[in-house]
Amino acid sequence: MYFPGIKALDCVDFSIRPGEVHALIGENGAGKSTLVKIMTGVYRQTAGQVLLNGEETHFRSALDAQAAGITAIHQEASMFSELTVTENIFMGHHIKKGAAGKGPVDWKTMRQRTRELLDDMELDISPDAPVKSLGVAQRHMVEIAKALSIDARIVIMDEPTSALTLREVEDLYKIIRRLRDEDKAIIFISHKFEEIFDICDTYTVFRDGQLVGEGLVPDATIGGIINLMVGRSLDQLFPKGEADIGDAIFEVDKLSRRGYFKDVSFNLHKGEILGFFGLIGAGRTEVMRVLFGIDSASSGSVRLKGKTVSFTKPKDAMKAGLAYIPEDRHEQGTILDMSITDNITLPKVDDLARFGILNRKAERSLAEEFASKIEIKSAGLSMDTSTLSGGNQQKVVLAKWLSTDPEVFILDEPTKGIDVGTKARVHKIISDMAAKGKAIILVSSELPEVLGMSDRIVVMHEGFITAVLSRDEADPDKVMLAATAQAGEESA
Amino acid sequence: MKTIINTKKILENREAVLIGLILFFMVVMTIAMPRFIKPSNLANILKDSSLLIMVACGQFLVILTGGIDLSVGSNIAFSGMAASLINMNNPELSPWVTLLIGIAIGLSLGMINGSLVAFGKVPAIIATLGTMSVFRGFTFVISKGQWVTAHEMTDSFMNLPHGNFLGVPNLIWFAVVVSALFFYFMRYTRSGREIYAIGGNRSAAVLVGVNEKKVEFLIFSVSGLVSGLAGVLWAARYAAAVNEMATGFELQTVAACVLGGVSVAGGSGTVAGVILGALFMGLLNNSMTMIRNMAFFQMLLQGLIVITAMAFNVIMERRRETMLLNRRLA
Amino acid sequence: MSHKLVRQDRLIDEYSLTKRLAGLLSSWEFILFLTLIGVFVLFSIISPWFLDYFNLMNASFSFTEKSILALPMIFVILSGDIDISVASIMALSSFAMGNAASKGAGAGTLVLIGMATGLAAGIVNGLLVTKIKIPAIAVTLATLSVFRGISQAILRDNAYTHYPPKFAFFGQGYVGNSVIPFEFVFYLLLAVIMGFILHATTYGRKLFAIGNSASASRFTGINVDRIRFTNFALNGLFAGIAAVLLTSRIGSTRPNIATGWELEAITLVVLGGVSITGGKGNLFGVVIASLLVGYLKFGMALVNLSAKVMVITTGSLLIVAVLIPKILDVINAHRKLRSQRSELKLERKAS
Repeated sequence: MYFPGIKALDCVDFSIRPGEVHALIGENGAGKSTLVKIMTGVYRQTAGQVLLNGEETHFRSALDAQAAGITAIHQEASMFSELTVTENIFMGHHIKKGAAGKGPVDWKTMRQRTRELLDDMELDISPDAPVKSLGVAQRHMVEIAKALSIDARIVIMDEPTSALTLREVEDLYKIIRRLRDEDKAIIFISHKFEEIFDICDTYTVFRDGQLVGEGLVPDATIGGIINLMVGRSLDQLFPKGEADIGDAIFEVDKLSRRGYFKDVSFNLHKGEILGFFGLIGAGRTEVMRVLFGIDSASSGSVRLKGKTVSFTKPKDAMKAGLAYIPEDRHEQGTILDMSITDNITLPKVDDLARFGILNRKAERSLAEEFASKIEIKSAGLSMDTSTLSGGNQQKVVLAKWLSTDPEVFILDEPTKGIDVGTKARVHKIISDMAAKGKAIILVSSELPEVLGMSDRIVVMHEGFITAVLSRDEADPDKVMLAATAQAGEESA
Repeated sequence: MKTIINTKKILENREAVLIGLILFFMVVMTIAMPRFIKPSNLANILKDSSLLIMVACGQFLVILTGGIDLSVGSNIAFSGMAASLINMNNPELSPWVTLLIGIAIGLSLGMINGSLVAFGKVPAIIATLGTMSVFRGFTFVISKGQWVTAHEMTDSFMNLPHGNFLGVPNLIWFAVVVSALFFYFMRYTRSGREIYAIGGNRSAAVLVGVNEKKVEFLIFSVSGLVSGLAGVLWAARYAAAVNEMATGFELQTVAACVLGGVSVAGGSGTVAGVILGALFMGLLNNSMTMIRNMAFFQMLLQGLIVITAMAFNVIMERRRETMLLNRRLA
Repeated sequence: MSHKLVRQDRLIDEYSLTKRLAGLLSSWEFILFLTLIGVFVLFSIISPWFLDYFNLMNASFSFTEKSILALPMIFVILSGDIDISVASIMALSSFAMGNAASKGAGAGTLVLIGMATGLAAGIVNGLLVTKIKIPAIAVTLATLSVFRGISQAILRDNAYTHYPPKFAFFGQGYVGNSVIPFEFVFYLLLAVIMGFILHATTYGRKLFAIGNSASASRFTGINVDRIRFTNFALNGLFAGIAAVLLTSRIGSTRPNIATGWELEAITLVVLGGVSITGGKGNLFGVVIASLLVGYLKFGMALVNLSAKVMVITTGSLLIVAVLIPKILDVINAHRKLRSQRSELKLERKAS
């Protein structure tokens, strides 16, 4: 399987047996998702073969894989929000009346089956509820019910717990154990080691598209697996440099956006790296979008250098000295079909121009300056950004915003899906900026990154801040507890 | 408090809104000119709406996936002209055979659109904008610019829509059968549900195994099929096959859909809504022919209705979303 | 690590001079240009009247207004929108001018009224698309009906046929004593201005950015909706200009004036190589496409092909112009896949 300029999987041998929960471990971009997509017929391999029960199979579509008994719970939202829970669960394999499945769609039976599935999972959701009326966690549980509605031999769960509370995770474990007892094979993808040690029997570790280790979970140690994942030990990875923390530059007070987050308050100081941690749907990105003027707040205030500001569009925020690296690099960060130069200079194109006329010479030198500063590897800055690897694309995004010389830098998942080398480089850049007295917000779903890079950590859960921890008091357990609101529920 | 909730609920039920609008409109028209409520006129309204109902149902499927079929008017013209020419040159042929041929022609034209969109990956708007003029152009080519008039058509051919069954004109029966088929198709067949899925979330639909190309090909074929049927009935009903027939009809079909609550962004809408939307349009068209010189306002009014309905849809959708959001984080 | 280096070398190779020349020669604009020459050669052989300076210049009357419509349409389509109401805007604009003329307005006033009406109509489209947020295709399908509907509701079966004599110059006049039509020169001037805006200003750069990724553009501080709004306003303004020229040229206004011209304008843009999904294209290609279609039709008229055949040609051209790049994409993708496979095999052998 190829992506432009990068091999997503390289000669990987991987096998799974019935009655086994198998953990797939690896950093983002290590190749897990690609493997899953090949197994579920979404992508096709460029070389090699897939054997099911010893027979070579060729899935031409997701339907083929389903028919062969492979079902997956996908990371990305794949729901039909206008349609009901029942319909979402049975889309693609509606139950029909009549013998050979030739008759009309059997709504009654499907509704009944849905009711059973939901009861099994102890969910209080109506089969007739439109999915758009459900919350994030409920949607996720429906997604799981959907995968289970197929009588599958292999169930693939791609980060199934990322939006769940601890109680819901326990429910999920029950389901997984039952499936295992029914002799099904379960592939479990997770970033959380405790989950892997709780529920998995065997594991496989990927790094940069290659299989780097496998074995039985009881024989493994967290340290050993981390070593395999990153190819070096943890403390080397996050080179948080020394930086003097100065005055508060950015003060957020009781900021709310209806339906997304409420009463978010925090201060950000010069030279500080403020980590934001939370599960999917916690509302971190939504807060950042409001801070940068993309969405509007419903209440609350923001002060920059003591002055109350209210950004109605990103341009306002940029003029005030903010920069925002969004979480979705492909959709929001870069313009893939434009050249590297054009991408880097896009935020400054108005400033470089005179009377609205482009100044290509100034653009080129600006792009060259920042491309060399953060070492973008390319065949030339006039190349389309789409020709670069993920890591280098992210460097383009960094260069683009560094060129605006921001005072407050918001980075939303800046290392998602990029290789280890580039990741370290990005961390170094962040550290250097902090050392220069810039104020930084680092949103990340990767616990080690947040713990390693941040001076303080803000933890969010379902739209509320549940904890603010200093570097010294923060540890994985405390952060995780706050993120799943075990601590927050009492106080709220 | 209670009344507020009720009006909100009713406003959200598009079918109820439309039925209310239709009744209100009928009362106003009856007061303004009593001959409006005569049974013969009401039958006329139903007959006028029948053609629109059929084609609007086809358009509905296309809009549901986020596309649009601008070629339905030209398809009607071509199929209607072709069927009329066949009838003129072969008066001995059963009108039902001619009807079937007309439907087959419409279907083929729809399949051309379907192939372009599904397999050629041409955006629907471009493909059907192109075929709109190509089909219309070929209508002139096969007719050599001439009309087929009433005395060149056989009586049995003109009887296709005008005949009666159980005292109800055939044309209305056609609309009833087509509506029932669409209702069943959209609610009780897998393909029907897959159209909703593609319109609601394309990538998710593909992920659960919906064949995107098949669905796209299907919807344009169906749209073509009903256009073909409507084309034959159109020519027979008005007892003339004119090259310009059904010009601008695509807008009326879109109007029926958006009035019926179909979102132009795709993913939501019902057959019942579309049928009511089409009935409303039929009512409106009929009323305008009754008032002197109002026919000239038809185009303007239709456009304004479409804009109003779309704006209404968008605003209702936004309100619904805000309500959901308010509920989510108390 | 090694295979990354290999890939980079190949990328550099792809952009070497010879490759770039090859790229230019196989570019869409060059193909269009060759086709244009082909059309000239073909019709010069078929008809003795084709290759005549005076005829060629006069023929430009038949396509200049459509070509003007295509210029701002490039902007609209580049940014991922579409506007099928332009021909109706022309009808409304022409109606406004006719109405004013019947009340005794002078030539200069008429030009202003025509342009202002077009601009206003464009602004209506722009507001509906960016403020109420209805998809452009749906908005302009409705306003297509509204704008022409206004003209039809008031004008009915009648026509405005009385325009001041001076008004005739814009659509019928020549530059000085030459045989070069004024409106053709005016079109070329507009093309240069629009080309400059598209390729040398920040506005143009932002257009391309929006067409490629509206959300990334928004996240970079570009006011996406303002630019889309401006595009629709420009489209209206240019439709107003085209209406001035057309009305002046034919000297009358009927409700059905310029029917179907939206198709012609969009065809020119797409044929000119502008990607219908936005983000790719240039103005030069569209200018060549305008000349190509214009002279193709002139030639077809010379050999007595009917108007309906030309409508079929336009419709087919539109579809084919979109289809060809798609087919090329498929072929390229296949070729790429094959080369990747063989590369993989080579790597395996090596290791």
